[in-house]
Amino acid sequence: MFQNQPTTRASAAITYLEAIRAAQHKLLTDDPRVFIYGQDIADFGGAFKATKGLAKEFPGRVLDSPISEDAQVGMAIGAAIEGMRPIIEMQFADFSTCGYTQIVQHAATLHWRTGVPCPIVIRLPSGGTAGAGPFHSQSMEALYAHYPGIVVMTPATVEDAYTMLLEAVEIDDPVIFCEHKYLYYHLKADALPTVALPTGKARVARPGRDATIATYSAMVHESLACAAELAKEGWEIEVIDLRSVKPLDTDTILASVSRTGRLLAVGEAFPWGGVTAEIVARVATEGFDLLDAPPMRLNAKDTPVPYHPNLWGTHRPTATSIIAAMRRLLKA
Amino acid sequence: MSQARASQSADKNQERYLAVYRWMLLSRVLEEKLSSLYRGGKITGGVFLGRGQEALSASLGTALRKGDIFAPLIRDMAGRLAFGETVLNATRTYLGSRLGPMRGRDGNIHRGEPARGYYAMISHLGAMVSAVAGGLFARRLRGETGVVGATCVGEGATSTGSFHEGLNMAAVEKLPLVVIVANNQYAYSTVNARQYACADLVQRAAGYGVPGYKIDGTDPSACIEVVHEAVARARAGEGPQMVVADLLRLVGHGEHDDFNYMSHALKVSPIGRDSLDVARDQLTTAGWATPAQLDAMRDQAAAEVEEACGTAIREPLPDPNTEDWCAIHTRRLAEGNQL
Ligand SMILES: Cc1ncc(C[n+]2csc(CCOP(=O)(O)OP(=O)(O)O)c2C)c(N)n1
Repeated sequence: MFQNQPTTRASAAITYLEAIRAAQHKLLTDDPRVFIYGQDIADFGGAFKATKGLAKEFPGRVLDSPISEDAQVGMAIGAAIEGMRPIIEMQFADFSTCGYTQIVQHAATLHWRTGVPCPIVIRLPSGGTAGAGPFHSQSMEALYAHYPGIVVMTPATVEDAYTMLLEAVEIDDPVIFCEHKYLYYHLKADALPTVALPTGKARVARPGRDATIATYSAMVHESLACAAELAKEGWEIEVIDLRSVKPLDTDTILASVSRTGRLLAVGEAFPWGGVTAEIVARVATEGFDLLDAPPMRLNAKDTPVPYHPNLWGTHRPTATSIIAAMRRLLKA
Repeated sequence: MSQARASQSADKNQERYLAVYRWMLLSRVLEEKLSSLYRGGKITGGVFLGRGQEALSASLGTALRKGDIFAPLIRDMAGRLAFGETVLNATRTYLGSRLGPMRGRDGNIHRGEPARGYYAMISHLGAMVSAVAGGLFARRLRGETGVVGATCVGEGATSTGSFHEGLNMAAVEKLPLVVIVANNQYAYSTVNARQYACADLVQRAAGYGVPGYKIDGTDPSACIEVVHEAVARARAGEGPQMVVADLLRLVGHGEHDDFNYMSHALKVSPIGRDSLDVARDQLTTAGWATPAQLDAMRDQAAAEVEEACGTAIREPLPDPNTEDWCAIHTRRLAEGNQL
C-alpha cells in the first residue's frame, strides 16, 4: 500500500530523527513562510538535534525562544494569521501542557470562529524511553485529538516522519506532530521517499487474516514484533499503522476487521479514553457484526509513567504484553 | 557593641559559615560520585548537577528551619542536604532503590519528602512557586506564624507564566515566600540575551512589589549574609523576597551535555569562580579553619558518601510484580488496570 519510491540512495542509513531534520531543511529551503521557534533549537540544534545546523543555514528563521510555551504557541498563532507557516518545537511533549491553552482554545477555534485558518505545526517529542520518568515520557495525542479543529499526526516510520512533516506544514490547520523519541535513533531507512499516502489514510504494516492490531507510533513496532512471534505458531496477525489519530482512518480498520473478525487496539498512552477507546468505540458502533469476539484494548497502566526501567518496561505495552493480550483475543 | 558581644557574633558567623561549607562540600563530593556512577552506566536517566551553585543553595538550606517549606530545583543538592535530606535518600533516588522516598517511581532531581515540607519538584519550570505559596497560605490559615517557604529557580524558569503568576500571587497574599533565582547565564544552551531583556532580573522584583536582592553567587559570605537576611525578613512578616544571584553553571546542563557552547570569556570571568575554592580562601584567611581541617572535612564527606552508595547500591530495585500500580490514594475509587 505504501508507495515508497526511494529517490536518493544515501550511503548511510537515515534515522527517524534525521528525517525530521531533513523535512525541516526542505521546508525552510522551499517555503519562505516557514520559521522554527523553540527552546535551544538554534546554534545548539535542539535537545535531540532535530534542527542541527539549520540556524546557521537559515539565519533569522530558526530561533531560540525563552522558556515560555504559552507565548511560543501564541506567537505562532499570530504569525500564522499574518500568513506565515511557523513550526514550534516543544522540548518534550510533556511541556506542551504549558502551551495547552493557546493550542486547544485559541489555535483550534480560530478558523471555526473567524474563517481565518491557523496553519501552525507543533512538534512534540513524545513517548517513553528508559529512565525518562513522569515528565519526559508522555503521549499526549488524545488530549489534542479531543479538541475540534486540530490534526494529530503520529508517524511510526522514517518515511512518514519525513513526508508527514512536509504535509503538516502544507495543511491549513493546527497540526500536532507527535514524533516518538524511542524511534529517533532506533529506526533507519535507506532513503527518503518522494511519495506517500496522504494524512488520513492508515497503512497495513503487515497483512494477516486471524486478528487485527490497530496501533500507531512506537507501538507499531512492538505490534509487528508480536505478529512475527505469533507467525511462528502459524497465526497471521494484521497490523494497521494509523499514521494519524485525527483524522482516524476508520474505513481501513473496519476493512481489516471484516477480514479478521478480531480487533486489538494498542496505544502507549494512559488507558482512560484515548485513541484505543475511540477505535473500539467506532468498530463497535459501525462494525459490530464484523466481530467474532469482543474487541480488546491494551494501553499503558493507569499511573504516571515510572522512572525506573523495571517499572517502565511493564507500564507501557511491549511485544510481550501484546502477545499475551493477543493470545486471549485469539482464544475468545 | 561590647567586645564580648562582638566576639560572640563573630563566633556565630564562623559557626554558620562552617556549617554552610560542610553542606557545600558534602554536595560536591556526592555529585562527583553520582557523575562517576553515571559515566559508569550505573544510573539510568539524567544526572543534573549543581556544581558552582553550592554556596547559594547551602545558604538557603541553612537559613531554613525544620517546619519550613522548601521546594528545591535542578541544582540544589547542597540545599536539600542542609534541609535534612540524608545522603542515603539522595543516593537511593539515583540508584533506583525501592527503599528511597520515590520508590523508583520518580528519580534524580524530582525527589522530595513533601510530608515534612520538602516538596518534590515537577519538571515543568516555575510550577513550584505557587505550590510553595499554597503551603504557606495553609499555614497562615491554620494560624501558624514564623514559617518561611522557599523555592529556587534558574533564570530560564523566570520566563514561564507559572513563575510570574506564582510570585505575583504570593505578593498579593503577602506570603513569607523567598524566591531564589540562580542566574547561571545559561538555560541549557540558551544565553541570557535570548531569555530576558531587562538589564538585570532583580529589576523584576519591583514589578512584583517585593524586595529584591542582588548577590555574587560565587561569594559564599555574600550568599550567607543576604540569603539569611531575606529569609529572616520573610519570617518576620515582610512578605515575599526575591534574591538574584549571578554565577555560572560549572557543568553541563546534565551529565550528557558537554556544554561546548559555553563562552570561554564567562568561564574565566569572576562569576566563573568555583564557590568552593572561594569558601576555602575565605575560611582560611579569616582564621576560621586551617587547610588541614578543611581537608579532614572532605575526607569525612567522602566516607559518608561512600557508605551511602555502598548501601543504596545493594538495596532492592522496584519490582513490577509487587509494585502497587495505583495512582490514587482513595483506593475504593481506583479503576485498576483492566484495560
Ligand atoms: C515548562 C518547561 N519547559 C521546558 C523545560 C525543559 N527544560 C528543563 S531545564 C531547562 C533549562 C532551565 O534553565 P534555567 O531555568 O535557567 O535553570 P538552569 O538549568 O540553568 O539551572 C529546560 C528548557 C522544562 N523543564 N519546563
